[in-house]
Amino acid sequence: MSTSHILKRADFIFKNENDWEEVLTKSLARTPNELINELISSELKGRGGAGFPTGLKWKLTSELKSDEKYVICNADEGEPGTFKDREILSRVPFKVLTAIAICGYVIGAKKGYIYLRGEYFFLQQELKKAISEFEFFCKEIKYDFKINIFMGSGAYICGEETALFESMEGKRGEPRNKPPYPTTYGYMGKPTVINNVETLSHTYTIFSYGSKRFYDLGVQFSRGTKLFSVSGDTPKPGIYELELGMSLTDFVEEFGDDDTKAVQVGGAAGFLVPRKKFAETSIGYEGKLVGISLPTGGSMMLFNSSRSMFNVLDNYLNFFAEESCGQCTPCRVGCQQLLKGIKAVKRGEKPASYLDKLLSLAETMQLTAKCGLGQSVANSFSSIVENFREEMIY
Amino acid sequence: MGKKIKITVNGQPVEVEKGTSILDAANQIGVIIPTLCYHKDLCVAGNCRVCIVEVVGQKRLAPACATPCEDGMDVLTNTHKVRNSRKHIIELLLSEHNADCTSCYKNGNCELQLLASEYKIMSQDFIHLVPFRNYTIDDFSPSIIKDDSKCIRCQRCVRTCAELQSVNALTMAHKGEYAMITTFFEKSMNDVICTNCGQCVNHCPTGALVEKNYIEEVWSAISDKDKYVVIQTAPAVRVGLGEELGFDPGSRSTGKMVAALKRLGFDSVMDTDFTADLTIMEEGTELLTRLKKALAENDKTVKFPMTTSCSPGWIKFIEHLYPEYLDNLSSCKSPQQMFGALVKTYYAKARKLDPAKIVSVSVMPCTAKKFEAARPEMHDSGYRDVDYVLTTRELAIMIKQAGIDFKKLEDMHFDRLMGESTGAGVIFGATGGVMEAALRTAYELVTGREVPFDNLDITPVRGMEGVREAKIKIEKPLKEWAFLDGVELKCAVAHGLTNVKYVMDKVRAGKVDYHFIEFMACPGGCLGGGGQPIPTNPEIRQRRAEAIYAEDAGMPVRKSHENPEIIKIYKDFLGHPLSEVSHHLLHTKYTARNM
Repeated sequence: MSTSHILKRADFIFKNENDWEEVLTKSLARTPNELINELISSELKGRGGAGFPTGLKWKLTSELKSDEKYVICNADEGEPGTFKDREILSRVPFKVLTAIAICGYVIGAKKGYIYLRGEYFFLQQELKKAISEFEFFCKEIKYDFKINIFMGSGAYICGEETALFESMEGKRGEPRNKPPYPTTYGYMGKPTVINNVETLSHTYTIFSYGSKRFYDLGVQFSRGTKLFSVSGDTPKPGIYELELGMSLTDFVEEFGDDDTKAVQVGGAAGFLVPRKKFAETSIGYEGKLVGISLPTGGSMMLFNSSRSMFNVLDNYLNFFAEESCGQCTPCRVGCQQLLKGIKAVKRGEKPASYLDKLLSLAETMQLTAKCGLGQSVANSFSSIVENFREEMIY
Repeated sequence: MGKKIKITVNGQPVEVEKGTSILDAANQIGVIIPTLCYHKDLCVAGNCRVCIVEVVGQKRLAPACATPCEDGMDVLTNTHKVRNSRKHIIELLLSEHNADCTSCYKNGNCELQLLASEYKIMSQDFIHLVPFRNYTIDDFSPSIIKDDSKCIRCQRCVRTCAELQSVNALTMAHKGEYAMITTFFEKSMNDVICTNCGQCVNHCPTGALVEKNYIEEVWSAISDKDKYVVIQTAPAVRVGLGEELGFDPGSRSTGKMVAALKRLGFDSVMDTDFTADLTIMEEGTELLTRLKKALAENDKTVKFPMTTSCSPGWIKFIEHLYPEYLDNLSSCKSPQQMFGALVKTYYAKARKLDPAKIVSVSVMPCTAKKFEAARPEMHDSGYRDVDYVLTTRELAIMIKQAGIDFKKLEDMHFDRLMGESTGAGVIFGATGGVMEAALRTAYELVTGREVPFDNLDITPVRGMEGVREAKIKIEKPLKEWAFLDGVELKCAVAHGLTNVKYVMDKVRAGKVDYHFIEFMACPGGCLGGGGQPIPTNPEIRQRRAEAIYAEDAGMPVRKSHENPEIIKIYKDFLGHPLSEVSHHLLHTKYTARNM
């Protein structure tokens, strides 16, 4: 069952961005349809974690008629253990700006926004400088496009796309009901493309080198490369660009400390994979033919045998109980119940069988919560409780 | 009209217009899906997730209220998955709710309690969360009590305060486990912009927001042999009370209500409709006087549009938000306060009672009236003019407590002196009613003829549209009003503070030139008031309005100035409208409030 794809490093994202003027001019000379088809044939999927096909997102938005449309770059990088977007924005900002402008051209938007995480305030000045240089060039080539920065205020939930729009509109950051989706009803109720920083950087790669170069990397259903934020019990924490489809065995071989007990794939909202399942697990999007394929926004946290999985879960649940927007019942109350529940079991105030009630509750949260936050709490909860049940009790 | 699409719900086909929610589609074919955060008056929130259903082919469950039907959709509302999840959600809500049902004011009329009962939540496995929080009860307001320990964060109150009322006193604050509904800087409801309209109380599914009740105080007064307890009943109460006591919405129960009040032990049962008629006399004269000053005497200081002043929710709204227009407000007190001032003066004198021993009680469709009665402005009789204000709901509770079989009561009449009313007084209970009553009298005062509408029904000011306009041209007036000849009187009516705000913003921007505007804080006017039976929704308000107009149509006298007791009070006590006595007892002035 082990996967045949071994770990391959790549270097696209952080490679020089000096050709951005050329990439922009070259792309604006093509028709929107050509650009959309280029993206579709690259099979690029959103790198924020949800994995929606980027080409399709642009296509749906481009097809709508509206007096106003928007492109938004989601730089509210809030998933615990993810730290790649800030690196992109500080090292290759022009790639992101170029991609935003090309998207604007494709869908017919005149304005783009970067929703910058509140804690990334330190990036703002440099980014502003880059934007004014970028806009100056746009003016020179007579391309009317403006980019603004919108500073977030530190809420995890505002990374959820519709909560992000609400936040930008000056309202409380609460996710909206979907449908309607952002492609038809986004920022200010207008058709909007919202992409993660990394996704936009990959479109730059695709428009620069062509879709084939991208498509040839990775595996079926999971094409191209991905940035990984590697942290935890590893001798070499950092950001790495790797081809998708690698197995966790290979990953741990490269990054582990020879004592890796489990890997958390996709941050607190992702899955915990225990050592016994490394071989059957690969990193990529849904649709893999054999074994388990796990998507990730890039966070890879390694835990060695010194770590208590109870403490790990307790930490995640504290985070969710605090960062839930508090709007829908399953997430607001569910997170508190999971958190208080595991503590009660640990203290012996509830029987071990109470964990089964909590697992069933987590499933309800997955089925009924309003947005990705509440829906994904079950990922880490169930994978930790099921694989490390004894650590929850004793 | 949108395109028709077909879906199936539990295997039954149903055809609906595109855009219809699964909830509405299911209701069409008799499939009931439980809801909690959903309310017909409000925008869809999709927060509570109680209404989740299974859409075949979708991984997750969908909230029926917030999910539009799509052609070919196959919806299942009663699968194991749905039942299990729904039960979890109800259990979760109960775990954060202070389910102290037997000592809750809303016991028996709580939507969460009903759901728990339907789903037979027999045990509570989840950890009770209330003890982890430091909840306090806010009971500083004379109108509303807010108990956060009973709040389930459905945000119905928040949406009510923002959408229906544009007041935004209540809002969601904090996040996650600390998410709560609160006010600006978590101040007391008494210290913020709250208008006390009570629409939040009327829309709250649990006991988190309730009126401050004065039931025990009123019982004590009744059983005090030394006290003479008078009660006045507002026009909208008689078309709402029945709903709490076994009648359908829209039932009129005036006679039974009077009989019940007498059985409760009130020494005198009289009618706020009487002072509604009196309001028309004073306010109508005030309007004509303003017109005279402006048109005949060219007095530039006269303020137009003149606006009504009966709705205490609207009064607090203008004090906070449009204080520069306080001079536009009619100086008339509300009918409740006119009644209060007269009971301890005119009535006491006529009946030879010591006003100090009179306890003046009112029953109102309103929670803001409780605040109004407690205003420092309202002591012109030398005493507090109105001692206790009960809502329609509180009165129903007292009737039940007294063991009165309401349905079996024989109709009775109000007591004399301040108990006679006209159709004009009755329609004060519906949006547009004050306007209609005022026009009936003012037109006739000026022209000597009845208003030129069939059967006195001024239909342009009736209805449920948020803002309505009407124009009446004055032709061939009596000699003393000759300056009004050919003048077109421009009027507007708005109900629900969001509509009120819409009109006031236009007034402020100079975009309208009305002479007279009727403002009511609550949707539908008093009949949809914050003190009326729960639930209140558009259909129920419509039914109550029909009842009000039926009551008007059935009255022998339908114009305020023909009310014999009104004629008598001017002859015996007040002299004439806007007289000195009137000014002292029936008029007042309000002052600006900080935000």
